[in-house]
Amino acid sequence: MNILEFTGVITLGSFVAGFLGSITGLGGGVVIVPLLALALGVDIRYAIGASLVSVIATSSGAAAAYVKEGFSNIRIGVFLEIATSSGALIGAFLAAKLPTSFIGVVFGVVLLYSAYQAVTAKAEHAASFGSSDRLALRLKMEGTYPGDHGLVRYHVRAVPLGFGLMAIAGLLSGLLGIGSGAVKVIAMDQIMGIPFKVSTATSNFMIGVTAAASAGIYLSRGYIDPGLAMPVTLGVLAGSAFGARFLTTARTPLLRKIFSAVISIMALEMIYNSISGRL
Amino acid sequence: MTPESRDLATEKMDLIVGNLLRAGVILSGAVVFVGALIHLARHGTEAPAYHVFRGEPTDLRSVRGILTDAFAIRGRGIIQFGLLLLIATPVARVAYLVYAFARQKDRLYAVVALVVLLLLAYGLSGGRV
Repeated sequence: MNILEFTGVITLGSFVAGFLGSITGLGGGVVIVPLLALALGVDIRYAIGASLVSVIATSSGAAAAYVKEGFSNIRIGVFLEIATSSGALIGAFLAAKLPTSFIGVVFGVVLLYSAYQAVTAKAEHAASFGSSDRLALRLKMEGTYPGDHGLVRYHVRAVPLGFGLMAIAGLLSGLLGIGSGAVKVIAMDQIMGIPFKVSTATSNFMIGVTAAASAGIYLSRGYIDPGLAMPVTLGVLAGSAFGARFLTTARTPLLRKIFSAVISIMALEMIYNSISGRL
Repeated sequence: MTPESRDLATEKMDLIVGNLLRAGVILSGAVVFVGALIHLARHGTEAPAYHVFRGEPTDLRSVRGILTDAFAIRGRGIIQFGLLLLIATPVARVAYLVYAFARQKDRLYAVVALVVLLLLAYGLSGGRV
């Protein structure tokens, strides 16, 4: 296989990953690393570097649309970015210190969890509390989003706990080169009581900044290879843009299950290969 | 400040942030694509070597090195420059927020955005103390 064919294969694989990630809401980033590392035998450090760059591309592209529609809460996002960026810097430092087999195992566990979450997650999480915390009020986190009958006002609570979980999300992002959107959404939706739509939109808005924090470190360490990151980024970007067109017409629980099954298999293979020293 | 005027300011901020992100992605995507064509035209028939980790040469690890390679019309340098623009897109978004919050006289959030900007700058500098 020469560079031209190799590039073609990766572009195609990344396109499919971006497309599936977009229509299932799981994000394309989680499957890029296993795809490159398991199927194509790319060193996991190169794979993580390429994935990280593609994550910035997709999140910025998607965030552009969400922000304009008024779903993202910029104040909540930028405040929690202190936690995610700090976590991402620590994650990127750890990535250089830890053996790749350990990173592979952590990656597998995170994959398994996101597969589990994808099939069990509830689509809507109604905020059922009357008022915001004092801290949330001081931070002016309350906001509105466009609902079916005009703007809907929402409250925010448990800022410190959400902040802490965001730091973990950032750490995983910096260590594994993923967006860790799933953890970000849990922090906002389940813990801080922010409506699901606002949580996903704000999470998307934050992913780019989180990934950019560690991307600089990866770049300066020589983990970001242009020949590899190019087909991954262009493929994922095109795939998710294509997927976004289907988003409104197709709610796809079946596809979500299939994609979760694929992710689970990748996760187990990742863990097995790491332990047996083949990664 | 009345609620309406605050919402209007927020709405304007949303719009600018959205446009900034979109422009960054389109611009960097285009640069990466141009670099890809040059790179593939010149080296497409060679064998890839990603099975073994060696790390990138030093010129593709720093902003200055990347710029030098990009201006010398090296395919890999141009791609890396496009990737650098992509990484810079969220950074530019945070920098804009520092300015926008300061303009709104929202001192608290101007400082919050500034802290995020400093963390990003630290990462981009390679994370050296």
